[in-house]
Amino acid sequence: MIVLSQVSRSFIVGDQQVNALRNIDLNIAAGDYVSIMGPSGSGKSTLLNLIGLLDRPSSGTYKLDGGNVTDLNDEQQAKVRSEKIGFVFQSFHLVPRLTAAMNIELPLILAGISVAERKARVVQLLENYGLTDRADHRPDQLSGGQRQRVAIARATSMHPAVLLADEPTGNLDQTTGKEVMSLLEQMVAQQVALIVVTHDPVIGSRAARQIHMVDGQITNENL
Amino acid sequence: MLLPDLIRLTTSSFLSYRMRSFLTGLGIAIGITAVILLTSIGEGLHQFVLAEFSQFGTNLIVIQPGKTQTHGANVGILGSVRQLSIEDAEALRHLANVEYINPSVTGNAELRVNGKTRRTTVFGAGHDLTKVLASTVQTGSFLPDDDPTQARALVVLGSKVRQELFAGQNPLGSYLRIGGQRYRVVGVMEPKGQMLGFDLNDTVFIPAARALELFNRPGLMEIQLSYKPNADLQSVVRAITALLKERHGREDFTLIPQEKALEVLGSVLDVITFAVGALGGISLLVGGVGILTIMTMAVTERTAEIGLLRALGARERQVLTLFLGEAMLLSALGGFAGLALGVGIAQGLHLWFPALPVHTPWLFAVVAELSAVSIGLLAGVIPARRAARLDPVEALRAE
Repeated sequence: MIVLSQVSRSFIVGDQQVNALRNIDLNIAAGDYVSIMGPSGSGKSTLLNLIGLLDRPSSGTYKLDGGNVTDLNDEQQAKVRSEKIGFVFQSFHLVPRLTAAMNIELPLILAGISVAERKARVVQLLENYGLTDRADHRPDQLSGGQRQRVAIARATSMHPAVLLADEPTGNLDQTTGKEVMSLLEQMVAQQVALIVVTHDPVIGSRAARQIHMVDGQITNENL
Repeated sequence: MLLPDLIRLTTSSFLSYRMRSFLTGLGIAIGITAVILLTSIGEGLHQFVLAEFSQFGTNLIVIQPGKTQTHGANVGILGSVRQLSIEDAEALRHLANVEYINPSVTGNAELRVNGKTRRTTVFGAGHDLTKVLASTVQTGSFLPDDDPTQARALVVLGSKVRQELFAGQNPLGSYLRIGGQRYRVVGVMEPKGQMLGFDLNDTVFIPAARALELFNRPGLMEIQLSYKPNADLQSVVRAITALLKERHGREDFTLIPQEKALEVLGSVLDVITFAVGALGGISLLVGGVGILTIMTMAVTERTAEIGLLRALGARERQVLTLFLGEAMLLSALGGFAGLALGVGIAQGLHLWFPALPVHTPWLFAVVAELSAVSIGLLAGVIPARRAARLDPVEALRAE
């Protein structure tokens, strides 16, 4: 489903060229569970951003669901993000002034989905993630685990094909982290491709496919 | 994104920064208050002045001796002006479309009756004054339709003169001495009010021919003439000019149509209203700068949120709309508050000082609100575009 061929990404920092990704070839199928590990600066997050269409490769091609998405314009990229990709972040990225329910509703609002349909989906998601009695709480009234559950509910609200998680347990204690991981892993059973960036080997080892990166290159897969 | 959602999202950020939103909106509110207050006073003044000038009716032409609108130098001794006479006035009466005429002489004379004396304004007038100058007789009747050159010594009193000299008694039939001559009272006028501080009730009316004698004047001070309301002003003016030219041999008189005078006056007052409104507009502009500042800050503070929205599938255009919507909401609410405040203060001032005329036309309110919203829109454009063009990866990293 995700096919990256010879993808490179370089930045100009000052007057120096930094190669964040070099000639990456990667295939990820629906229902794959992939963890990306490596030291800071190895290009994990850049790769995730590229897959999430928040960034563009400097060279190479990226095919998603059979279509070439390398050279889409902003409008088209946004549409693909909205329909096919869900993001979960280390720092949750909830909108502080909106309730949990409205945070979950946000992608549906941006996609222009009808009110009735939205209400039904939000109620279902709140229930699935055990947040029904927290629906009207603002993020600052929620625990870390609850916040990340809201974020996962939000990421799955548009039924994405790909779920991208960047250090999803980085701000959580171990027990809560495991709970969050198992919630993410539930999506794999529904044929969602789950890609988790982490530098925690315990978390990383949960994935069926484990990718190691150093200096913008994939060094090996599955130890 | 649906419109109700846009409103819900913009309102949520508006509400989460209550104090800041309030202060920013206040900037616009003060601007709108200033504009509404100043233009309300300007417009009130406008209507007040026009009402003062049109209380005698608008289909009125005043003819004065002497040509004042000619170009070139004074013709000196050659250009001696022929006076307007009562005969001129009578001749005008027979023109087509002319309804009523009134020969007019004004002066000051001493009235004496019952051992009381009073100096007052004496109007020399014709039988039709009440019709030309839209005034009414309270008791008795106005000056009769005598032969204008041989009019009887009759007088009509202004309401104030009646009150001062005949308090508590019926003046009709009494005799009054004006400048040594005896006049019989035939009527009392309805109170008429003031015109630019001049008391129209402290007057008496006597036949024009007798006033000419009283003041020892060779001719009338002016002839007032009313034309049929549906008649064309230009053709009436042409007919009068032609007739008087024929009688005088040249154009040594001036026609002042009331309608024209009111038009000129009206446009001058419009300019004044506009100018004071523009002064208020300066503070509105300052309010706009406030919105620009606050929105620029908001974009910086909420960079991570913008990144998130983009990650969730928001297009550049949607981010732009959200921030523009916020700027417009701020200015629209500020505008409404200013509108209420401005109208409130204007009406309050009017209650406090009834002499101060105020008037807020609906159009002004609508235009003020629209300009508030457009100022919000303009002030929002720069920060909103910055927000929309943020690189999502960079934006997400901000925390």
